[in-house]
Amino acid sequence: MESLFADLIQVLAATVRLSVPLIFTALAGLYAERSGIFDIGLEGKMLFSAFSAATVATVTGSAWLGLFAGILTGVLLSLLHGFASITQRGNQIISGVAINFIASGLTILLGNAWFGQGGRTPQLPNSARFTEITLPFAAEIAPIPFLGPLYSGLISGQNVLVYLAFLAVPFTWWVLYRTRFGLRVRAVGENPGAVDTAGISVTWLRYRALICCGILAGFAGTYLSVAQSASFIREMSAGKGYIALAALVFAKWKPLNVLLTCLLFGFLDATSIRLQGTILPGIGEVPVQLIQALPYILTVILLAGFIGKAIPPKAGGVPYVKER
Amino acid sequence: MSVPLGTLPRWVNYGLLPLLNVAVAFAISGLVVLFIGENPIEAVQYLVVGALGDGEGIAFTLYYATNFIFTGLAVAVAFHGGLFNIGGEGQIYLGGLGVAFAALTLDRFMPWYVTAVVATVAAFAFGALWALIPAWLQAKRGSHIVITTIMFNFIAAALMVYLLVNVIKPPGNMSPQTRLFEEGGQLPKLGGLMQWFGLDIGAAPFNVSFLIALVAVVAVWLLIWRTRFGYEIRTMGTNATAAVYAGIPYVKTVVVTMLISGGLAGMMALNPVMGDAGKLQIDFPAGAGFVGIAVALMGRSHPVGIVIASILFGVLYQGGAALAFDMPNISREVIILIQGLVILFAGALEHMFRPALIALFAAKPKSRPASAAGAT
Repeated sequence: MESLFADLIQVLAATVRLSVPLIFTALAGLYAERSGIFDIGLEGKMLFSAFSAATVATVTGSAWLGLFAGILTGVLLSLLHGFASITQRGNQIISGVAINFIASGLTILLGNAWFGQGGRTPQLPNSARFTEITLPFAAEIAPIPFLGPLYSGLISGQNVLVYLAFLAVPFTWWVLYRTRFGLRVRAVGENPGAVDTAGISVTWLRYRALICCGILAGFAGTYLSVAQSASFIREMSAGKGYIALAALVFAKWKPLNVLLTCLLFGFLDATSIRLQGTILPGIGEVPVQLIQALPYILTVILLAGFIGKAIPPKAGGVPYVKER
Repeated sequence: MSVPLGTLPRWVNYGLLPLLNVAVAFAISGLVVLFIGENPIEAVQYLVVGALGDGEGIAFTLYYATNFIFTGLAVAVAFHGGLFNIGGEGQIYLGGLGVAFAALTLDRFMPWYVTAVVATVAAFAFGALWALIPAWLQAKRGSHIVITTIMFNFIAAALMVYLLVNVIKPPGNMSPQTRLFEEGGQLPKLGGLMQWFGLDIGAAPFNVSFLIALVAVVAVWLLIWRTRFGYEIRTMGTNATAAVYAGIPYVKTVVVTMLISGGLAGMMALNPVMGDAGKLQIDFPAGAGFVGIAVALMGRSHPVGIVIASILFGVLYQGGAALAFDMPNISREVIILIQGLVILFAGALEHMFRPALIALFAAKPKSRPASAAGAT
């Protein structure tokens, strides 16, 4: 019983660690898509931010400056996406695909030219990383059954970005549903014509939503290279941007659902490693690949409308043309 | 519309504008190379010599181009129908399964040309089937095809790893791949064709699937511009509401367009699986499905444009390897950057230079030929 509980705590801690980049990225996509801009380029933004964060943290030795660089990169890529899809009214999907390629190629190219390690950045010392924070009384509470391991093993001992990710969820909810900006973002994703009629600039509003998207993508990337790992590794986002996109769809574009979905997808990821080779009674051996593919399968089923219906923002993907 | 839609001469619209977009993409890549501290002109020299300097280089270039012709056509057919098939990667993977089934069943009894026909049909069918569910969901339930095809890429990857590791792999074999196909399951190399031009193919896997790709190019051209169904695809791509109003069945057109697109992507598997490796391996699509997007955009979804764009990307892929060898500071991934910039400038920003060009060319009424009215 005791060891089973310890196992559970371990799985949950892994779940939290694996879902943090998904939470940041899915929230990033939420701002963009709620304002009516599809963002396939989340993967690329996360990857490039991870590279910038690791590079700056290596050069300056400061994790916080790394975070700043990651955020700046995310915002710049978002502005590129905005320029293509808002100002030039280009195809938003194509623009996102382009950003993914540019990030994938440029990070390896620059990393190889600067550090000569085949696209890797040098190993960061702990002083230049976001390391685990032990919350007060963690050691004192630890001996208490259940509550102790829960507090010291799961709630305490995470890095600062983990806590920020969990704070970003209620904050996004507050911005979206309790501020004027949020109301306008939601409106511009559903009916930009009405927003324009009210005298609000659709262009500027969508650009601001994309800047929010870039900031959060920057957090996600920084988490990957400066908190979870200690260096940038080529292609280290490894499809997480797409899982986050799936999570966003699965969460029906709502912030609190995003948290639950990302935790679910993170949990599937954490268990797929542990379940390898385990034989479940009555089912036989569960193929790991099935668990790995489960987030995508679930999202397709949801999109198909068989369990509830995921309805995207109405104006998503359509460039807004102001009438003259 | 607030943007004046001036009519550009055809040579500007179909020649100069795409050329300008691609040129900007390459110019920016050159700036990046300069930023790294290398000479871009020297880099281009290495690239071109590596890709076109000898028979082996040219054969490798054409081998890569074969892949991109298939995937470019796949993306283009969907584009004509107003659909974005981003799932080429998964469809290729499943197409490879079809090729492997055909080759593993027939290679010991049949000559290669019989196996090739069966394998082509199987590759098309498997690729098409992988596109069927996203297509049906788009047509019937309005699920966004971009999201579903992305999801199906990942599902395909997981499925193929499972099949290769647990089902297809011959017992006692360590690596997850099929057995080597016998002679009846391998496509012959086109060394003879190269010799006509006095070139030596060397070790390049340039093979018969290049000819199959050229047949597909003609077939797609016929389909899109010379058949009733092609007309229906283009009508739906221009305006789906008007197409439905004109009596074109929406569901059928979406599904069949996507089946053709998926099938073409699946056929790409012939080249690496039957033409090169002679076995089915993990990750053999290697991103070619995504290159198809760049190729289709650069070739403006026209079969001839796609062949030209494919050869250019073939040069990049083959020359990129030579470049990375000669200038170690520039890694092979520079081609991924170029690819991204081509997608950005030929795709998302394709109209950026249009206003300037209109001011330049459409302002003088005398220079506008009467036939330009059809150009958009």
